[in-house]
Formats: sequence, structure tokens, C-alpha cells
Amino acid sequence: MSSLKANSEALCLRAAFEQAGATPVDCAVLQPAETLLDLYGEDIRTRAYVTQDPARGEQMLRPDFTVPVVQMHMADGAEPARYTYSGVVFRRQEENPERDSEYLQTGYEVFDRTDPEAADAEVFALFAETLGGEGLRAATGDMGILTAAVSSLKTSPQRRAALLRHIWRPRRFRALMDRYSGRSAVPQTRKALLASSDPLDIGVPVIGLRSEVEIADRIEALRADAAEPPISQDQVDMIDEVLKVSETCPYALANLRDIAVDMPEMEQAVDRFARRCDALAARGVNVDKLDFEASYGRTSMEYYDGFVFGFYSEARPDLPPVASGGRYDALTQRLGQGKSIPAVGGVIRPDILLQVREAQS
Amino acid sequence: MTIKLGVPSKGRLMEKTFDWFGERGVTLSRTGSEREYSGAVDGVDGVELVLLSAGEIPRELAAGRIDLGVTGTDLVREKLVQWDQKVEPLAELGFGFADLIIAVPACWVDVDTLDDLDAAAAAFRAKHGFRMRIATKYHRLVRDYLRMGGVADYQLVDSQGATEGTIRNLTAEAVADITSTGETLRANHLKILDEPPVLKSQATLFRSRLSDKSDENREIMQTLCNTLGV
Repeated sequence: MSSLKANSEALCLRAAFEQAGATPVDCAVLQPAETLLDLYGEDIRTRAYVTQDPARGEQMLRPDFTVPVVQMHMADGAEPARYTYSGVVFRRQEENPERDSEYLQTGYEVFDRTDPEAADAEVFALFAETLGGEGLRAATGDMGILTAAVSSLKTSPQRRAALLRHIWRPRRFRALMDRYSGRSAVPQTRKALLASSDPLDIGVPVIGLRSEVEIADRIEALRADAAEPPISQDQVDMIDEVLKVSETCPYALANLRDIAVDMPEMEQAVDRFARRCDALAARGVNVDKLDFEASYGRTSMEYYDGFVFGFYSEARPDLPPVASGGRYDALTQRLGQGKSIPAVGGVIRPDILLQVREAQS
Repeated sequence: MTIKLGVPSKGRLMEKTFDWFGERGVTLSRTGSEREYSGAVDGVDGVELVLLSAGEIPRELAAGRIDLGVTGTDLVREKLVQWDQKVEPLAELGFGFADLIIAVPACWVDVDTLDDLDAAAAAFRAKHGFRMRIATKYHRLVRDYLRMGGVADYQLVDSQGATEGTIRNLTAEAVADITSTGETLRANHLKILDEPPVLKSQATLFRSRLSDKSDENREIMQTLCNTLGV
């Protein structure tokens, strides 16, 4: 694959995004590692290159543009705003050394609080049009639906918070559901702790930054949790039903409406999905044929919290998605230092697009 | 042509390795002065002894600069990406036992499982404004282990020695380190999590999958393996 060809393809794509009303922006290749580590945790180290600067501390070769673009917008961006960018990103590929560790991304990001579902549709329709057929299959989902379902569970706020925290880690999420619904046994160590009248009195010195008060607080929380009744089977089934939704948009919508009858708190999220379908149809997207999967986007980047989408090659299923994106309202809040704004965007990989075209011809 | 055998250059690990080979009819010895890192092999022809730091043996095997090497499983797994494509374990030598474990202050009576560690990390981050710090030198192994265990809200801080002391010095809240008896941990008021260890390690004889495989070298390797019974 000639990188020159990919470069000129990237510029064409960026021009198309500018044509659609976006302002071109650029970001530094070296990003402070602290921000990214704080957002993603240790796992980012397995995906990004970390380097050391004696004066600036740990730096990372940018693993994507979204975070620096959000930071730039939150610092001094006017509203509403549309941005486009094009450049290389760097990803370590420990598990798949055959994959590229340096590749181009051309992106389009929308910061607009007027009508989030219309903005979702704008981004998706623009990507569909820019990619132009190409024998691509579109996948869509909505992290907001699952989040709303978990938020509506009839259980303690602490349990809901713990489940929401692990929504991106399906295995851990499942283990927590099993524990809260009484399907897995309480570990022996926990039983012993709860049975003890003065568990802190074990005759060892308190060392480290985590104080005795913090330990006592958690024991208190564990006692409260032990007194909490298990999450009912109906509610567990409901979450499973939501996770299983995978069909074309109209059927998925009807299905979710049925589930929401028993979970009224889900209604708003389902309404948003309905409005998005309308907005997509208004932009000429054939919603009747568009796939929707409620668990789509669950294992990828943690910052998507609403609409998510990806475009895949049908002829080359071995390739990563040609394009992907989604809504990340919460990210703007975390990087906004008190401010926030609804935001949605996505990226195209020009190198993958060229390979897909090659396979087509 | 010769094949090269890499052996730890000092301490008990070297002595025990010499013993293990000796019991199988291959005599390894240091030559020259006490401080000179050169050695000799008797009992099999065409084998050259290379004395190296145990920590460098994985890298030398992966590069194919040595054909055989004795080192800990922990070092091979930590230092080599896709280790099983680069080296093949031929024999576990039955010494140098060590478990890579996660330990927390013994006063953390509420933390015994990875589940607990994760919950404590979430509360810690909310209270202190930064992720719970785990001191270790085994970054890759520990990160993989914690990811599989579904632990979030932690960060690894590098510690190349005296790791057990980091908690008292307030530079970490927990540690991930090698232990054989657990005595140092107890002396520092730490306890091991009630979970399977990150890794169970022992001294192991590895073969490089990437070193020179001329017919002559193959033959020497075969003779050596037959003599050792591996």
C-alpha cells in the first residue's frame, strides 16, 4: 500500500468534510500522557506509545485526535462548531503484530447543543455519502440505551453505579449481575468479614495512604449491600433482552419500546433512538435496512456514551472498520473543567478505504 | 560451529544451574579469575557457555544470539511479546520457585479478592483524585492480569527494588512482586490477595526458536538434549 496514495486520499476526504462546513484543525503528535492515562487508565499503555521527556514528563504519541480536539474546543471554541483533521495516529499492536502501528485518520467532529439526534444523523449520513457505497455494511448501536436500562434497575444506587462503571467490560459486568442477583456465592473472605463484630481489630499497623476511615467506610458499604435484596430475575432478564437486541432499526425500536413498558426510565433513551431514526430518514438514509445492535460499541473506546457506528467491508471482513465514530457527551464534561457540550464525530481510515476499493475492482 | 548456552552469571541461580547440568553428565564451570565472566562445558562437544544476567537471557534467546538459556518463566513472559513464538520451554529445572503476586496492606481487612481491589480502587480514586498506585517491575504481566480480572481505576508505578517498602513510603497503595516464602511481605505488614497468582515461576531451560539451525547445530542440540534427557 503506497502511503502517498493514502495521503492524497486523506486530503480528498478532508476536503469533503470542509465542503460540509467543517473548519480544518491540527493537533500535536506528542500529547501529555497524564490526560490520556487519567481518561483510559493503565490499558492505554498497551495501545499507545509512551515516551519520556526530561522537562515535560511522560508523553504519548497521539492514539487518536478526539481527545486533543475536544480539549482544544473546550478551551476556546465558539459554538456550534464543526472540525475536520487528517493525520497519522500511533497504536501499539502487541497482540496483533501484523496490524499497522501507524496509520492515517481523517475525522469530522460536531459540537452542537441544538439537536443532538440531528447531529448524529448529520455525521452518519455524511460518512455514508463520503464513503459512497463501496460495498460497505453499516453497523449502529446506542450506548445510551444500555446505560438507561442499567440506571433503571430496581436496586441500590451503589449497585447501579458499580454496574455502570463496568458497562464497557462485559465479563466483569456479567459477574457483578450474577453477584447482585444472588446467582454467585458470596466469597468466604467476605462472609468472615461481615460476621466479625470488630473486623478492624486484627492487631496490624495501619500503613499507606488509604486510611482506617476509608476501610471502615467500605465495610459499612459492604454491610449495607449485604442487607440489600437481590436483583429480581425479571430485571436480570430485561437487561439480557436489551443486550440481545440486534435487528434492523424499525424492529429494534419496536422491541425496545416493548421492553421500556416495564422500565419507564428507559423511555427517554428509546425516544432519542426514535428521533434519530427519523433524522436519518430525513437525510436519505434507508433506515428500514439499517442494522442496530444494542451491544455494539461496548468493548471499544470507553468514551462513547450514545449513538455509535462503524462501516465494514463485506468483501474484506478481515480488515478493521473503514470508518467508526459515535457520541461522547461525557468526554466533553471530563475535559471541559466545569463546561460540557453534546458532541459527536467519527474517523475514516484512508488506507483501509483504498484496500477495500482495490478488493472491489 | 557451536551452540551457545546462556546461564545466569552469579549467585544461587548459577550454582543450581551448574548442579542441574552436572547431575545429567554435563559439567559447566567458570574459567579464569573469580571476576571474569567466561565458562567451559565438558561432557558434550560443540557447546559454548555464555554467562549473562538472568534478566538479559530472554532478550538474547529472542534475538537468536544464544541457542539455549536458563532463566525464570516470569522474565520470559514479562520481557517477550508473544513469547511462545520466540522460545520453547524444554525443561523445568525444579528450583528458583517464585510466584508473582499482588499484595495489599494487611490492615485492608475489606480487600481479599480482585473484586474487592477494584471496588477499593474506585473509592480511592473518588476520595484522593488519582488512581490507586500499584508498584511493580512486571508491568505487562500485571496489567494483563488486572484487565482479565476486570480491575479499573488503578495505575502501575515502576519499582525496580525494595518494592514492599513503597506503601509505607506513600508512593504506592499496593504492590505486585515476586515472592517465594512471603516473609518479606509479612515483615512489611502486607498480605497476598486470596486469588491465583499472576504467574507461578521457576528456573526453566528454554530453546530459542530463532537461532541458527544449520544441520551441524541441530546435531549438537540433539546430542545435548539426549544427554540431558529433555
